[in-house]
Amino acid sequence: MSRLSVNHLIGIKDLTIEDIQIIFQTADNFKNVINRPIKKVPSLRDITVANIFFENSTRTRLSFELAEKRLSADVVNFSASGSSVSKGETLIDTVNNILAMKVDMVVMRHSSPGAALFLAKHTKTTVINAGDGAHEHPTQALLDAFSIREKFGKVEGVKVLIAGDILHSRVAMSNILCLKKLGAEVMLCGPSTLMPRYVEHLGVKVEYNLRKALEWCDVANMLRIQLERQDIKYFPSIREYVMQYGLNTQLLESLNKEIVIMHPGPINRGVEITSDIADHKNSIILDQVENGVAIRMAILYLLAGKVEG
Amino acid sequence: MDAKIILDSKELNLILTRLCHQLIENHDDFSNSVILSLQPRGVFFGNRIAKTLREILPEAKINYGKLDVTFYRDDFRRRNEVLVPNSTEVDFIIENKKVILIDDVLYTGRTIRAALDAMLAFGRPEKVELMVLIDRRFYRHLPVKPDYVGRTVDSVSSEKVKVFWNETDGKDRIILFTPNDKKQ
Repeated sequence: MSRLSVNHLIGIKDLTIEDIQIIFQTADNFKNVINRPIKKVPSLRDITVANIFFENSTRTRLSFELAEKRLSADVVNFSASGSSVSKGETLIDTVNNILAMKVDMVVMRHSSPGAALFLAKHTKTTVINAGDGAHEHPTQALLDAFSIREKFGKVEGVKVLIAGDILHSRVAMSNILCLKKLGAEVMLCGPSTLMPRYVEHLGVKVEYNLRKALEWCDVANMLRIQLERQDIKYFPSIREYVMQYGLNTQLLESLNKEIVIMHPGPINRGVEITSDIADHKNSIILDQVENGVAIRMAILYLLAGKVEG
Repeated sequence: MDAKIILDSKELNLILTRLCHQLIENHDDFSNSVILSLQPRGVFFGNRIAKTLREILPEAKINYGKLDVTFYRDDFRRRNEVLVPNSTEVDFIIENKKVILIDDVLYTGRTIRAALDAMLAFGRPEKVELMVLIDRRFYRHLPVKPDYVGRTVDSVSSEKVKVFWNETDGKDRIILFTPNDKKQ
């Protein structure tokens, strides 16, 4: 019962419901720990973790680093810019060189889908996926589901809307898989050009009208438009997107019920949500960030138990 | 396994009352003392101590909490199973207080070492005392000595002492299990 079925965290797809429950139960305790006067525990004092980021990140990287430090792990950070990657070194060579310095676990973000799985197969280390292209971002999905569980007391039966650029979003993919596993109802909303084909096969509803989608849901997770992954124009202009798919106070208050607002960050204020929505009383955006540290501590702790000493 | 009852319900109640009076002797009205029982099994014993103390001293405000030591253990990554933690409930300040740690069975002393570490995350107490229901006094791995003992048991390492509680097992009793091949 107390053991994860996986040795790496590559995606939500590989996790069982029991795995997710063990992670949540452990995260509850770490949330307690990070609210104490002394926020540090010695569990991972004999573990070294490398945070390898081939793509930009603020929250995920800081959150992982804090989680590692609060577990007393030794931490090394690597970012592609300013490294030998620009001199033509391959991913496996880069990582094997880092591992030769006796690193036990690797947290990696990469722009190519499948990069984390590739690394897990070809190196002898524990890999945690911190986002691989438009594929998966498992820790974000776990912290989102954990935040919903905290707010509603359960995830099962909660109606969750994921709105925005679904096509390019690894957060959307991992969230759909995680929420469906936990028994939530999921609806997607966004311009038809930003909706993946055959997405209904994942057992989700699709709605193209934001107002109708908001009327249906208990929680709205508002995603950013991933301009860095868009090689062509998917909608005429940002202004038109905001008019059709932006959430503002007027729209929120015209609904006949209260809904919870979530956002995985980074927010583009004035695009997917207006500034006052980001700071609205129903927004749990900063709770998500706090829970992110607890969830990542739980994952590091549970996976470190499997690292050979 | 050969099973021998070390304590039954009646003896256990006598011990609980005695231990509570010993505590009162040293801690007066508990205004400067707090009690922390250790998760998971020490909590049942701690709950009984707190309940008995409140019966004897209805006027006193007794600060009683539960401490989980999972993250502070020294055998993490040396076991096959990853230990899933229990909840910690410490809703008071332990800075400059006298802390009484409570566990059911004291054996190697490693749990108590972890507990001392875990407790320090909540502040620096003035003094720490240890109360255990059963002291298996041989085979200690660390220099840990209890201040209050329910019953001292002489046992070898192949034997097991298990505490059963009415709350979870339907009956209060403490049993010493001895492997049959070790029996003379």
